[in-house]
Amino acid sequence: MEFFRDVFNIVVKYYPNLLRGVGYTMLIALTGTLAGLVIGLATGVIRTTPLSKNGVVRVLQKILNAVIAVYVEIFRGTPMMVQAMVIYWGYAFASGGKTLPLIPSGIIIVSINTGAYMAEIVRGGIISIDKGQFEGASSIGMSHWQSMYAVILPQVLRNILPSVSNEFVINIKDTSVLNVIGVTELYYFAGIIKRQSFQTFQTYLVVCVIYFILTFTVTRLLRLVETKLEGAENYTVFGSQSDSAAEIRIKKEA
Amino acid sequence: MNGSTQSGDAIIEIRHLQKSFGDHEVLSDINLSVRRGEVVSIIGSSGSGKSTMLRCINLLETPSGGEILFHGEDITSRAVDLRQYRAKVGMVFQQFNLFNNMTALRNCTVGQTKVLGRKPEEAQKIAMEYLNKVGMAQFINAKPRQLSGGQKQRVAIARTLSMSPEVILFDEPTSALDPEMVGEVLEVMKLLAEAGFTMLVVTHEMSFARDVSNRVIFMDKGVIAEEGTPAEIFGSPKQPRTREFLSRVLGN
Repeated sequence: MEFFRDVFNIVVKYYPNLLRGVGYTMLIALTGTLAGLVIGLATGVIRTTPLSKNGVVRVLQKILNAVIAVYVEIFRGTPMMVQAMVIYWGYAFASGGKTLPLIPSGIIIVSINTGAYMAEIVRGGIISIDKGQFEGASSIGMSHWQSMYAVILPQVLRNILPSVSNEFVINIKDTSVLNVIGVTELYYFAGIIKRQSFQTFQTYLVVCVIYFILTFTVTRLLRLVETKLEGAENYTVFGSQSDSAAEIRIKKEA
Repeated sequence: MNGSTQSGDAIIEIRHLQKSFGDHEVLSDINLSVRRGEVVSIIGSSGSGKSTMLRCINLLETPSGGEILFHGEDITSRAVDLRQYRAKVGMVFQQFNLFNNMTALRNCTVGQTKVLGRKPEEAQKIAMEYLNKVGMAQFINAKPRQLSGGQKQRVAIARTLSMSPEVILFDEPTSALDPEMVGEVLEVMKLLAEAGFTMLVVTHEMSFARDVSNRVIFMDKGVIAEEGTPAEIFGSPKQPRTREFLSRVLGN
């Protein structure tokens, strides 16, 4: 019984700290995932653009593709904890001792790291779209960018959403490594609470449950978004005699 | 009547078109001209280069040699605005290639607004007109995955028509359809032919080639083996390989 009271007391006594930790963890994980997705979309589009016929542009494209490939390999091939140390202290070293503010540093590190994974996820998503979608778009005169923007990427985003959700969940957990540079996310506060309460197991059990609640909720929410994006299974047959809602009415285009 | 003679009102004129994939020559020395209002059927066995030729015409494949003139202008030269050219030369695919993320209506308006710069209201009016023509006005809100093959192909035809093309290329438009849906698509194509659209149709539907087109081209091993009116090709083919092909596909 005493054990449960200890756990309860930790929650009651330290809830402001825990809440702050949750807030920063979610802030870093969410912005990092979104920024990573933007990086992934940009690199994915660049890498799947056909090489230009113009010689100069062609060389630039090849250089850019090589840079992206190196970026992806390095950031996928090293631990985020090490990346955090190298980037944070690397900046301090280069600027002669000035350090970056912690929360933005955390967001930058998670973004760059996630971007490397997203680059591959988006590239796979674009490649998996039927070639006919590109051909249909070019056959009516759409440019590469127009087909990407209007036809391909909306389909890619829908297809990769499960992988993006997965990255988000991973990031919620992996922001914990940012405590090595002192970012005040949830795991960092766990350390503080442990040192004040001297109840290591109880503290980390509470934090463990909190992480699980976060990831579980996020997974369920994103699953809802996925089904929503599937769109309606049915459509209205216009002009139908039996359905009064089927009067011909055309939706205004945006 | 010889269709390949040069004439003033040729919309498309192909001269010495050649296409190779690596060492494999798919098309060798194709010469062909299409005049306004003509319906030209291209027949031949699989692998004879029919589809490749059609895909070269709107540059989905880059020709390895020769010229393709559109109103006398060589579209293989870099100076040509490829997007504007493609908007004028419509293409209907075997696999429909409708945009999966858009409704039938949006499929027919997106090119008009983005490529031709038409106002949304105008684009919608034009799209509705053609969706009506192909009998799909009821299904404007349906996504491609909710439609049957024949319905998809009719929407795809409406999408092409909405761009107000001068020529429409059909790449085996009924080959991916269930037999009972072939008729509804051919019916639409017949309507277009009667309405005077210029059409170039790669097809395995011999009845369409015989009854609807003005001219039939028989391709074999990457060359035009024979061309003539449907009566000439189906009635008295001159080349032994044309005879051989026709007897095989017509089953007698």
